Amino acid sequence: MTRFWTLVRRDLTLAVREGGAIGTALGFFLLVVALMPLGLGPDLNLLARIASGILWIALLLSALLSLGRIFESDSDDGALEVMATSSLPLELVAAAKATAHWISTGIPLALLAPMLGLLLNLDIAAYPALIATMLAGTPAVSFIGAIGAALTLKARRGGLLLALVVLPLYIPTLIFGISAVSAVTLQTGAFVSSFLILIALSLGSLVLGPLAAAAALRIQMQ
Amino acid sequence: MTNSVQLIAEKLIIERGGRTILNDVSFTAGAGATLLLTGANGAGKTTLLRALGGFLPLTGGTIRVTPADDETPRAELIHTVGHSNAVKVHLTVRENVMFWSRFLGGSVAAEDRTDRALGAFALRDLEDVPASYLSAGQRRRLGLARLLAAPRPIWLLDEPTVSLDAASTERLARVIDQHTATGGLVVAATHLPLGLNNTRELRLGVEGGRA
Repeated sequence: MTRFWTLVRRDLTLAVREGGAIGTALGFFLLVVALMPLGLGPDLNLLARIASGILWIALLLSALLSLGRIFESDSDDGALEVMATSSLPLELVAAAKATAHWISTGIPLALLAPMLGLLLNLDIAAYPALIATMLAGTPAVSFIGAIGAALTLKARRGGLLLALVVLPLYIPTLIFGISAVSAVTLQTGAFVSSFLILIALSLGSLVLGPLAAAAALRIQMQ
Repeated sequence: MTNSVQLIAEKLIIERGGRTILNDVSFTAGAGATLLLTGANGAGKTTLLRALGGFLPLTGGTIRVTPADDETPRAELIHTVGHSNAVKVHLTVRENVMFWSRFLGGSVAAEDRTDRALGAFALRDLEDVPASYLSAGQRRRLGLARLLAAPRPIWLLDEPTVSLDAASTERLARVIDQHTATGGLVVAATHLPLGLNNTRELRLGVEGGRA
């Protein structure tokens, strides 16, 4: 297990030193959300009603930008092959890298979301629910994303392909993420049930994501 | 470390993209010696090393490591240093070696192994320098330092001397000699004579390759 955390710590150190990935994701998130009111007009009621949807979709797109980096640099410099010879199974290598992605990208995006909620006239009362759903839902984004990143590792211009592979898999997370927040803002349905399903989706992807990603990596490395 | 480790390849056949690269290659590499793979470009040196490291599927034949140990898979007995150095440019020299030391060898005595690896490849003076500032030869030495960062009996080296100067090549030869002298086993693909103590040669590409 120390090997797992050694890898997580290294990836976090690299994410901080490289800087670009987190900054790009946060900047993209900010821009997409900021453009929405300009496109939709200044109707505050409309914005408040669709705020949760906009925030969730923008979050998924921003996270998508950095997914490709999960395995890319380690594949380019040969580190991934060395890792495959370690006593840490490749499944846990994939899990460690997805965990580092969640901590370095998922959590900052989730914490930025309430500030962007201001731009969309999101009800202040919904902020705790918004942060909670995003923190609970973003592990699924990183762990499902790792599958796509592993599958498109050696593909040229893999970024677009990655989006095509991964975005459909995000639909359940998106639906229950939005419905949990809407339950608070619009008083439609119960927050708890959607929130629990969201957690279940994340836990499921926590288990299945690394298995699928490692299988894809093994094929890519041959 | 196992003392009488042997790497045995029998009747290896490897195909890549429908082309037979290696046909009926057999050899036994024993502890205490270096097996030098020679042959023209494209003779299959890299392919053979990658197959030995477990990265390529075999079309035919077997690769065994003796004494067989059910606890440790073959991959964990082998260090492979290929054309890429597995160096992260955003980490310092020491952080790079330290990571591999911990990740491959566990956290027990990781500091000591890191110190030894840095010393053997003359990287102590550079240990706090980010790897992005290193020259190609220094990066190569940093990549090779992984060999000593975690103890493993079998080393597979693919063109280890690329971009190394004379002094560094000499240093590498000493490290290899010391490894074989203490019961290690080295298989190296190289075009240059390294000046090693105890070597055998396997020539690939001409008549199938036998040693």
